[in-house]
Amino acid sequence: MVSNAIAYAWLIPVFPLISFGVILAMGKKLPGKGAEVGILALAASLALSLAVFFQTIGQGGDFHGYERAVSWLTFGPGSELELGFRVDGLAAVMLVIVSLVALMVHIYSTGYMAGDRRYTFYFAMLSAFTFSMLNLVLANNLLQMLVGWEGVGVCSYLLIGHWWEEKANSNAAIKAFITTRIGDVGFIFGIFVLFWAAGTFNIAEISEAVDLGEIAPGVITAAAVLLFLGAIGKSAQFPLHVWLPDAMAGPTPVSALIHAATMVVAGVYLVARMYTVFFDSALALNEVAVIGSITMLIAAFLALIQDDLKKVLAYSTVSQLGYMIAGLGVGAYTASVFHIWTHAWFKALLFLGAGSVIHAVHTNNMSSMGGLRSKMPITSATFIIGGLALAGFPPFAGFWSKDELVVGAYEWATHGHPVGWFVFASMLITAFLTACYVARMLALTFFGKPKYDAEHVHPHESPRSMTTPLLVLCVLAIAGGWVGIPGEANLFGQWVHFGDLHHGFSVPIMLGSIALAVAGFGVGWAIFRHGKTSVDLKGSAWGWVYRLLENKYYLDEIYMRGIVRPIREQVARATYWTNQRLIDQVVNLAAFVTVKVGFATYHGIDQPLIDGAVNGVGRAAGVLGGKLKFWQSGYMQRYAAVLFLSVTLLAGVYLFIKF
Amino acid sequence: MNWVDEWGITLAVFLPVAGALAILLTPKAMEGVIKALALVFTGAALVVGLIVAKAFQIGEAGMQFQMNRSWIPAINADYHVGIDGISLPLVVLSLLVTFLCVIYCYWHLPEPVNAKAFLSLTLLLETGMTGSFIALDLVLFFVFWELVLVPMYFMIGVWGTERRQYASIKFFLYTLFGSMFMLLGFLALYFQSEPNTFDMLELQQAGVLNLPVGLAHLIFGGLALGFAIKVPLWPFHTWLPDAHTEAPTVGSVLLAAVLLKMGTYGFLRIAIPILPDAAMTFAPVIGILSAIAIVYGALNCLAQTDLKRMIAFSSVGHMGFVMLGIATMTPEGFNAAIFGMVAHGVITGMLFFLSGSIKERFHTRQIADLGGLSLKMPRMAGLLAFASIASLGLPGLAGFWGEVIALLSAYQPHPDLSLPIFRTAMVVGGIGTVLTAGYFLWMLQRVNLGTLSEKWRKKSLPDVQPLEYLAWVPLLALVVVLGLYPRLIMDATDSSVTALVEMLPGGDASIATTDR
Repeated sequence: MVSNAIAYAWLIPVFPLISFGVILAMGKKLPGKGAEVGILALAASLALSLAVFFQTIGQGGDFHGYERAVSWLTFGPGSELELGFRVDGLAAVMLVIVSLVALMVHIYSTGYMAGDRRYTFYFAMLSAFTFSMLNLVLANNLLQMLVGWEGVGVCSYLLIGHWWEEKANSNAAIKAFITTRIGDVGFIFGIFVLFWAAGTFNIAEISEAVDLGEIAPGVITAAAVLLFLGAIGKSAQFPLHVWLPDAMAGPTPVSALIHAATMVVAGVYLVARMYTVFFDSALALNEVAVIGSITMLIAAFLALIQDDLKKVLAYSTVSQLGYMIAGLGVGAYTASVFHIWTHAWFKALLFLGAGSVIHAVHTNNMSSMGGLRSKMPITSATFIIGGLALAGFPPFAGFWSKDELVVGAYEWATHGHPVGWFVFASMLITAFLTACYVARMLALTFFGKPKYDAEHVHPHESPRSMTTPLLVLCVLAIAGGWVGIPGEANLFGQWVHFGDLHHGFSVPIMLGSIALAVAGFGVGWAIFRHGKTSVDLKGSAWGWVYRLLENKYYLDEIYMRGIVRPIREQVARATYWTNQRLIDQVVNLAAFVTVKVGFATYHGIDQPLIDGAVNGVGRAAGVLGGKLKFWQSGYMQRYAAVLFLSVTLLAGVYLFIKF
Repeated sequence: MNWVDEWGITLAVFLPVAGALAILLTPKAMEGVIKALALVFTGAALVVGLIVAKAFQIGEAGMQFQMNRSWIPAINADYHVGIDGISLPLVVLSLLVTFLCVIYCYWHLPEPVNAKAFLSLTLLLETGMTGSFIALDLVLFFVFWELVLVPMYFMIGVWGTERRQYASIKFFLYTLFGSMFMLLGFLALYFQSEPNTFDMLELQQAGVLNLPVGLAHLIFGGLALGFAIKVPLWPFHTWLPDAHTEAPTVGSVLLAAVLLKMGTYGFLRIAIPILPDAAMTFAPVIGILSAIAIVYGALNCLAQTDLKRMIAFSSVGHMGFVMLGIATMTPEGFNAAIFGMVAHGVITGMLFFLSGSIKERFHTRQIADLGGLSLKMPRMAGLLAFASIASLGLPGLAGFWGEVIALLSAYQPHPDLSLPIFRTAMVVGGIGTVLTAGYFLWMLQRVNLGTLSEKWRKKSLPDVQPLEYLAWVPLLALVVVLGLYPRLIMDATDSSVTALVEMLPGGDASIATTDR
């Protein structure tokens, strides 16, 4: 039986929607300049989300979701769109993640953004973002999900470009919007395919139609591949991942909320939400697995060489999103969602910690940090724990989900899916690399000798408004994974699962992955503990590798020189040239010819012949002159007269032919 | 209210002309009275229009508020007017936008200032525009259609900017060129019908028209050319950037918000219902041209250096989505088209208001000369960003529904139409949405963001003024309301559109919900 909390789940996104309106309308007049409204709204959303969450998990493993909707739009016979919400284990877990991280980021931002010239607008946008994200999570149909999906995109655009006085920031904002929009077109087309195939946008009904075999396999594959394009854009998968590192131009709390914990997992969430469709198509699953694997590897390599602390975390996010995506590609549904859960806690923690560090030393570059451990005890302690969670050390959160994913890939491989081996290998390599860059990041930032300008920079611990969220998230980065400890008591698997409950567990793999993490961390620590930011490879035989990484595999270059600039410059100009010099010239030529014909008629026929004949009879008929002006008179009556004359003439011809 | 049933729409259409006459009788020097008259008459017309809208029976497919009186018996032309779900949104849109334009004129009149001439022409224009949307007789329609040309010609030619002469003559002659073919089509319909009639509803009835296929195609071609130039559909669009760019602000707003819709409306009201078979033959061609228009318009926008001209070119793309919806010959496509017309009217009308007000302040439309607008006038910049984001089709705002449903319908067009052609058009349209986002965001970056140039920093330039807010708030509100509550329009259009589709070959061919 479903009662109280779940039935009111639709209120969860409504709170931040209200706060968005209130902050925009009168935020500047409030004592807290609007932040307090957002915090209040998010606290309400979190409370209700937790109530919904506990009620949902209290329903037990055979709870298939609660759904309510009203009709939103009818746009044709049988073509209906609903406005509704759906609560199940997946949605409940996401609600908690989104509202909790959003609340933490709100509180943190009161400290981090203090004194910002667009403080109030910033909080309005945070509310708008949270509303859109919660709407995306709760939507019971694909088009409503798209509304939230695009909404978070536009908020992300506005927040990345928050400090738009710098052109680099607004460039990053545009890049993020356009790159993800390319994927969104695929997503939209995927929605179309499913709508016409199943006759509805409703996710549950579409899933049922797929389950019942009512949709042709080719159509399902097409839909899954198209939907996945949306995920590639939003969740920053290869080859559309290029926007996420640039998105770090936004304020750091925004990076934590939008570009680590919530919005970027929307693509993973989409695949999980539509998993019936994906699971029905071997081709789509393989695509998901391969793209995820490529992404986790290339991003992990890039994270190794960044000097900018936020960029390390950004590439790490891309890499971890690849983990989740690849997990979905190998049937590790629960493990992937579990990784969304743990990653949200430790990555939000890491970003907020990075923000705290940047706040203290006024730079993003690790080459100007070092030795901060004693200056910022809370920040460094929580950050180190977050780092260990990311690196996959037990008993921290990231270990449990990562391990479950690796086991999932192994099981997929041993159950006759060769792609599983590729994913398995990629995950192991990535696990090693991850621990390696975490060690580097921790060493360069908190250990060793200070490299900042000690005369001008005096690092100090951040205010309570910033450290409190760090502590809360730190607790979750430690213990958040314990709900998914493998075995019969695996709670998370009961909350979120696809099909039957599944208990993947393998002691050798667990030990192996711990060993890899330790090895990676050890290697990273050994190389970087003395404060070197990079290994000098430039002169060596491996120089090309370094250059390749330094240039981000030249992808930005290729996109800019191969696509963006040619379209914006050559193609656009050529089109405009065609417009002005060809198409429009036809119009002008027609006018020109008409005028010339008029001249010729006057000078060649009218005057010498007709008028000449008339003149031959009597010069008085010369009154008819001045017709030349006819064509340039500007008198509307004359133009109209010509029109009606021609029409009459043509009508006459028509009648003549007909009768 | 019985008078509403019979006289309501006639009153709404002719009140402005009465206002124009009243203005003509007022001495030129009494500018205050002239403006007040314009405001009162357009306001009254809007109120009558809203009363009609309130009394409109939602869900009824046929014509309402009909009035049919003999007009020119010699050629059997009647004063036959009426509205259904297709025309109602456009009538209300025209009345609203003209009223807002008059409010805007309180803030600013274009040089050379002549309230009497300018406002009387605006009111005359309103009668022509709204009249086109209620006429159910081809001769009456033609009269309203041509009536629109004259005031707009003078608006551009007298109150326009540098190249106004060229732009106004081009606008006038190009449209006239199209209407000539349209009129020929009307005459052919008249002579081919039995009994001879100009009545649109009679012409739609089976057995009234007796046309060989070739002639039907010829007539449809003529009508389509006339309408396509007005829309304007690629490649007949080149009058539009010139006319839009040179016209005074109010002229551009009315052009974008209403005039263009007369073309798309012509397809839905005249060409398709009277000649459904020919329409099916031509639909793929229209679909292809629409897809070209979407991408072509967007690419041209990327090449523009002039803010207003960029917005003008954006209309080519947006009207491409409307035409694509029409070309699918499905209820979904038609609904999307009408929604798209209104949304484009509201959003692009707003964009032209903004570009006009920016020009008034900076005396330049060059994108490169602006920059940092958000620092100088944050409210103006905010509105520009809002309208641009609405125009690029953000879900939750008005621009979304028309475009996404047009694309949705292109995936599954009428069963008799070619799937490959329309799905290709859909993909091309999808690419167009990316380019559209690209040029709008790029424009916003160059106009709104960055730092303020030295020459503006010291000047005192006012942010949005109260009168501007008065003129704009209704449009801004509509952008949000239509975005969140699209039924406001589609509930009215759906039944009429469904009835229209039933006239198409295949009878009440609602689309099968299985994939073919």
